[in-house]
Amino acid sequence: MGDLDYIFAVARIRVKEKSLLTDMDISQMAGMKDDRTVLGYLADRGWGDGDGATDAEAVLRAEERKTTELVKELKIDPAVFELLSYPNLYHNLKAGIKEICTSESNARAFYEDEKYGREAMLRILQNKSFADLPEHMREVAEAAYTTMIETRDGQRCDIMVDRACLEAMEAAGQKSKSRLLRDYVESTVAVSDIKIAARAQKTGKTIAFLRDALAPCRSLDVRKLAIAASESEEALINCLDQQGFREAGEALKESPSAFERWCDNKLIQTIRPEKTNSVSMGPVIAYYLARQNEIKTVRIILTAKANGFSEEATRERVRDMYV
Amino acid sequence: MTLGMVFALTGAVLSTALAGWGSAWGVGLAGQAAAGVVAEDPDQFAKVLILQLLPGTQGIYGLLVTFITLSNIGILGGNPVADTHTGLLYMLACLPIAIVGLISAYHQGRTSVASIGIVAKKPDQFGKAMLFPAMVETYAILALLVSILAITNIG
Repeated sequence: MGDLDYIFAVARIRVKEKSLLTDMDISQMAGMKDDRTVLGYLADRGWGDGDGATDAEAVLRAEERKTTELVKELKIDPAVFELLSYPNLYHNLKAGIKEICTSESNARAFYEDEKYGREAMLRILQNKSFADLPEHMREVAEAAYTTMIETRDGQRCDIMVDRACLEAMEAAGQKSKSRLLRDYVESTVAVSDIKIAARAQKTGKTIAFLRDALAPCRSLDVRKLAIAASESEEALINCLDQQGFREAGEALKESPSAFERWCDNKLIQTIRPEKTNSVSMGPVIAYYLARQNEIKTVRIILTAKANGFSEEATRERVRDMYV
Repeated sequence: MTLGMVFALTGAVLSTALAGWGSAWGVGLAGQAAAGVVAEDPDQFAKVLILQLLPGTQGIYGLLVTFITLSNIGILGGNPVADTHTGLLYMLACLPIAIVGLISAYHQGRTSVASIGIVAKKPDQFGKAMLFPAMVETYAILALLVSILAITNIG
């Protein structure tokens, strides 16, 4: 499909964007006294299935479902939608491997997925029928499963799957005709690598661990990043500064939550130009990602409120909105 | 039929065909956007319909020039074109609206799509949104004037 074939979809998205939460809505929710008040506010904005559900997770899942259904209805190239679902798919793989190896059942650890939801993933892993997985997942699924069975090292398993996910996204993103998707994937890989490096530095991981965990990235020299992260926080911040990610270093200095917020805000900055694009699938992809960011932010607020976090602590964790 | 008449008729046909093609293209693009907005917010129907119709004027201008040409070359009135030179002049006179009509209608359609996006997000900004595609109209009107002036002054 050419760019002009998305005019109908983009026009629908423009109307839908009116109902996205703004920074002001988020600020208002962060100032509310408890999670019930936040859920009431969201219900007034049309969130949930309209049945007055008080289960936060049910409301958030209903919103995720609505977004997925809308994007499917708009006939977006299935390859694009598949690429955007890679993180969920690889997450389900990790959850499946852990459930099988630890025999601890946790249905909520899985994302809903038509083809690779909990049941399908567990069946594939139990039968070791890795060929039933998408081609880009097969090799890592088998390797991570074997590693987990043999070593019981959940972290090793996680870094293998996470890196494979980023590499698969990078490969699929570069093939995409959508400039937004290419930029988004590039930003995602860079931000994920920075996040891994920052966490590894805090927990004192070795350079060997970092080399295994960091996915190759065009906008970031991951070899230098691994060396810096294995040295000290200061070296990591300097490295980020030299590679054009000064804000990441500043956020890292501020606090872990400020850093996590920078990571998500960076991705929102990548998609923001789509607000003024009238054709192409870019605005639809941007809307889908904006909704994911919105749901994630609401989840943070609801969790903070349910756990009695102060208003200030909640505000520190909320992300910038797309609109 | 003389070769001059063939040229003159070709000009008349081109002014309707090319300008109409552009209008169909532009109205089609804007129509897709309008349908997208109405699918989510039916209250905006009247506003987006006006924006959709804006690129349709070039087709009307082309038709007008065709009628004037036909009325001058002996088809609907006037004297039949007797020589090649005059026929070529009629054809050249028709080209401004034919070419500018095609290009401006397409671009007006794209501008209408963008303006429909404005109405989708901010319906109260309809007045401003309508001005952007209306600006493109200026060049179609200039081309129409040149074509009419040229045709009516041949011979």
